[in-house]
Amino acid sequence: MKTEHVDIAIIGGGPAGLAAAIEAKRQGVEKVCIIERDTDLGGILQQCIHDGFGLKRFGKQMSGGQYAEAFIEELAHTDVDVRLKTMVTKITEDRRIFAVNEREGMICLNCGAIILAMGCRERSRNQIQMPGARPSGVMTAGAVQRYINMEGYLPGKKAVILGSGDIGLIMARRMTLEGIAVEGVYEVMSGPGGLTRNIVQCLGEFDIPLHLSTTVTRVFGKERITGVEVSAVDADRRPIAGTERRIDCDLLVLAVGLIPENELSKGAGVELDARTNGPVVDQDFMTSAPGIFAAGNVVAVFDLVDYVSDTGEMAARGAAAYLRRADSAEIADARGGDEASIIRTIAGTDINFIVPQKLNAGKRESDINLFLRVKKTGENQKIRMVCKGASVSECREAFVAPPEMLVAKLAGSADLDDDLRLNLEANQ
Amino acid sequence: MSEREIVCTVCPRSCRVKAKETGGAYVFEGYSCKRGLGHAQSEVENPMRMLTSAVPIARATVRMLPVISEATIPKAKLHDCLEALYKVRVDSPVAAGQVIVKDICGTGVDVIAARSMKRK
Ligand SMILES: Cc1cc2nc3c(=O)[nH]c(=O)nc-3n(C[C@H](O)[C@H](O)[C@H](O)COP(=O)(O)OP(=O)(O)OC[C@H]3O[C@@H](n4cnc5c(N)ncnc54)[C@H](O)[C@@H]3O)c2cc1C
Ligand code: SF4
Repeated sequence: MKTEHVDIAIIGGGPAGLAAAIEAKRQGVEKVCIIERDTDLGGILQQCIHDGFGLKRFGKQMSGGQYAEAFIEELAHTDVDVRLKTMVTKITEDRRIFAVNEREGMICLNCGAIILAMGCRERSRNQIQMPGARPSGVMTAGAVQRYINMEGYLPGKKAVILGSGDIGLIMARRMTLEGIAVEGVYEVMSGPGGLTRNIVQCLGEFDIPLHLSTTVTRVFGKERITGVEVSAVDADRRPIAGTERRIDCDLLVLAVGLIPENELSKGAGVELDARTNGPVVDQDFMTSAPGIFAAGNVVAVFDLVDYVSDTGEMAARGAAAYLRRADSAEIADARGGDEASIIRTIAGTDINFIVPQKLNAGKRESDINLFLRVKKTGENQKIRMVCKGASVSECREAFVAPPEMLVAKLAGSADLDDDLRLNLEANQ
Repeated sequence: MSEREIVCTVCPRSCRVKAKETGGAYVFEGYSCKRGLGHAQSEVENPMRMLTSAVPIARATVRMLPVISEATIPKAKLHDCLEALYKVRVDSPVAAGQVIVKDICGTGVDVIAARSMKRK
C-alpha cells in the first residue's frame, strides 16, 4: 500500500473543505491535500443552481455553482494537492487516513492534522416511519435536485413533497418550472421546517399549498408509486383516524431534514454531540481527538454557506496553530492546554444547541463567534451569556426563529473561569 | 381600492406588509424598516427576479450546465426566458461567466454559465 505524509489532509471538497484548504495555505502550511470522492470539487453546491448564496461574503446573489467556482478559482493558484474520485474509507485516532481510488488502489496518508469536511446527508425513508410498499419513485429532495439539475432527467410527472425543509421547498419551485406538477407539501409539525423566505418564494409564488400537521400515512403501488395517503395528525403527531385522503402521484419527495455525515468520525473515536449529531468541537473547531478538526455541515447543519466557509477557515487556522505547537519540541501535548482550562458552552433557556461546545478558559485573543439555534420564535430578544451566575456578554436580536441559525459574539475580553451558559430572554 | 399582502423576504423577520391601492397610488403598512418598504414597492410596481436554470451540455463530466442571469429580470418575463432556455444546447468546454444567451428576451440582461466545465 502506498503511504505518504501530508501536513493537513482535508476530507471533502465542498465549501468547508475548499475554504479550509485555501486558509491553510495562507497560514503557510506546506503540504495540504483535499480528498474528494466526486468527479469535481464544490460538494453539494454543484447541484444548487438557484441563487441566494454568498450574500454575506461576496455581497451579491450567486448560485451555488458560482459560489463554489470563486473558491475553486482561488484554489487553482495554490499548490494544494486535490485528489478527486478518491473515497476515504477509514480514519484513525492517530491521524492516519485510508482511502481508495482507481489509479492507486488503497492509499494511506499519515497526517499532521486532519480536517473533517464531509458535509451532511439527507434523512431518508429508513430514518422516518413510513408504512406501505417500497415502490420506486420515492426519493429525497437532494436526489431529485441532482437528477434535474445535473443529469437533466425528470423523475416524475406529479409529485407530493413530504416535509417542509428548505431543499424540498426549493425543489417544489424547480419541479414546477420544469413542468412537474407539485400537488402539495405535507408537514407533520405545526410549523414549517424551512425559512419563511423559501415558503414565500418557492410555494406562495407558485400557489403550491403547504399542509401543516399532516403526514403521509401510506404509499400505494407495487413496482412504481401510484399514490399516497395523507392524514392529519394530533398534537402528539399521531395520525387522526377518519382524516385519510388519497392523492395520485408518481413521485414522493422526502424533505425531512439533514444530518451530519459522521461515520468516519465515529470510527476515529471522536466524541459526538447528541443535539447537533456532529463532533464536539473547541474554539479552533478541533474535535475530542487531538489534531482532528471539523468544519461545515459535518459539525452541525449551518443554513448559510457563508458560515460553512467561515468554519472551514477557523478549522484551518486551528490546524495550522496545532502543527506549529506540535513542532516546538518542548510541548509534548500539542493540545495547547490541559483539560482543566477547558470550559463548556451550555445551551440554556430556549437554546437548542451551540457550536463550539468547548472554549479555552480565561480570556481569548479575539472575539469568538458562537453559532446557535433557538427553540422558539420571538421578536426583540437577546442572548445572554452567563458564567457562574454573572452576565459576561449579551447580544440583541430583533427576531429569532428555530430555522434560522444565529451568530452571537463572545467578547475576547470576557474572563471565563467556569462553563458558559447561553439563555434566550426578552429584551426589556 | 384594492389591498394585497406582501410577506417581506429581505430579512428573517418576515414582516407582513399591506399594500393599499387607490387610484394607482400605493400606501404601505406593516413594514419595520426602509429596506422592507423598498422591497414592497418594487413587488407591487415591478417585481424582479434572478433567472436560474440548467441547459444540456455535450461532452462534459455532467449532463447539465447551470446558468444564471447577470442581474435581475422582470418577474413577468421569467416564463418566456425559461422557454427560451429550454431550446439552448451548449458544447464543452465552458468557462464560468461565459455568455450563454445574450440579452435574453429583450431584457437587456445576459445569461451566463454559473461554473466552468471541462471537456470529458
Ligand atoms: C441535498 C442537499 C441540498 C442542499 N441544498 C442547499 C441549498 O439549496 N441552499 C443552501 O444554502 N444549502 C443547501 N444545502 C446545505 C449545504 O450542504 C451547505 O450549504 C454546504 O454545501 C455545506 O458544505 P460542506 O462543505 O460542509 O458539505 P458538502 O457541500 O456536502 O461537501 C462535502 C463533500 O465531502 C465529500 N465527501 C463526503 N464523504 C467523503 C468521503 N468519505 N471521502 C471523500 N469525500 C467525501 C462529498 O462528496 C462532498 O463533496 C444542501 C444540502 C444537501 C445535503
Ligand atoms: S420590513 Fe424590514 S424588518 Fe421587516 S422583514 Fe422586511 S427587511 Fe426585515
